Amino acid sequence: MRDFGTTVICCTPSFFLQVVDRAQELGVDLRQLRVRVGVLGAEPWSEPMRLRIQQAAGIEAFDIYGLAEIVGPGVAGECSVHQGLHVLEDHFFPEIIDPASGRPLPDGEEGELVLTTLSKQAMPMLRYRTGDMTAICPGPCPCGRTLRRIRRISHRSDDLFIVRGVNVYPSQIESALLAVKGTLPHYQIVLTEQGDQERAEVQIEVTPEMFSDRIGVLAELEEKLTRKIGQAVGVHLDVRLVEPRTLVRSEGKARRILDQRHKVKTS
Amino acid sequence: MKIHQLSVFIENRPGHLIAPCRLLAEAGINIVALSLAETQKYGILRLIVRDWEKAKEVLGANGFRASVTEVLAVQVADRPGGLVEVLNPIVAAELNVEYMYAFATKLGDQAVLVFRFEDPDAALQALKTSSVAFVDTVELFSRLDRV
Repeated sequence: MRDFGTTVICCTPSFFLQVVDRAQELGVDLRQLRVRVGVLGAEPWSEPMRLRIQQAAGIEAFDIYGLAEIVGPGVAGECSVHQGLHVLEDHFFPEIIDPASGRPLPDGEEGELVLTTLSKQAMPMLRYRTGDMTAICPGPCPCGRTLRRIRRISHRSDDLFIVRGVNVYPSQIESALLAVKGTLPHYQIVLTEQGDQERAEVQIEVTPEMFSDRIGVLAELEEKLTRKIGQAVGVHLDVRLVEPRTLVRSEGKARRILDQRHKVKTS
Repeated sequence: MKIHQLSVFIENRPGHLIAPCRLLAEAGINIVALSLAETQKYGILRLIVRDWEKAKEVLGANGFRASVTEVLAVQVADRPGGLVEVLNPIVAAELNVEYMYAFATKLGDQAVLVFRFEDPDAALQALKTSSVAFVDTVELFSRLDRV
């Protein structure tokens, strides 16, 4: 990025976090480089994560939305107001439905995004269920564009997991993690069962900001993370601090849930 | 005087302690003092090495979370009551010892202890007038070489 004088970077948010980490390891301050814009998407990410990325890299981060089955990136994207993603409606017709009943929902209500392609010739898609949960933003955008907007994807209809009867979304855990000061961690949720007890453990890679030479400071952080996550999801999840580069990385999308239930031998 | 200590995050599981030690070994870096603090799930390996900058670089490049802390190296008479003599002025100055450990090697009839204070500069200032004898990096390593 320094050699080429890159000004815009386009990737997934989790990949960009790897870039931030790597830059830090190499002693490169991304804020000093020419990069000014990040076009990030293809996986759900939260507003606090955007702020972290913007601060760490000194860029303006735009959310984009697309899916391989339709066209890849380019179905919808944010404008400079950052209040939802404008759907390119001359090519894609969006609807929001209740994923359980399949019935259309009014603007402003969250449901599953369904897309119909209007200009695709070889392989059109009619009312394709994306599995992505969002809502149509009611009203015009302050930027002046009349294309309707969808809210940023909060989660997929199938990425929820259930621990001891409580529905948990990774995005809730992410918001809790980011609310704890000084953390921009890689994390993974590992689901296991011991006997008839289900356990969920949030594994968090220790960042330089989190680490201390004093065990008491780390113990306090662990306790705080456990409490914040518990408050956010409504059920106790264990927290484990792990060494950097421990968790499964992908070049593409973050793999947030590792479900080992029904695979671990019960004693 | 102040010396530099490396702290490394390691998980409390078999095989995790050897990994950073192996890296330092391959880089030809000798560990002159260490302490290991542990909880049930993880621990902190604290090390005193001569070339701490190189050690930090090697560990960091291999994915370890390593940080540098300034600690104080203090000479202690190697006999009953030696430690009490050092702790007395520390207590009198109302300083809290965060943690401490000892060098394995003696310097003459003196043991060397590593003290971690919240604020090493303030502790140094507070203890300057006392009988506590500090060892600086240069002196420490030149004397270790002679042992």
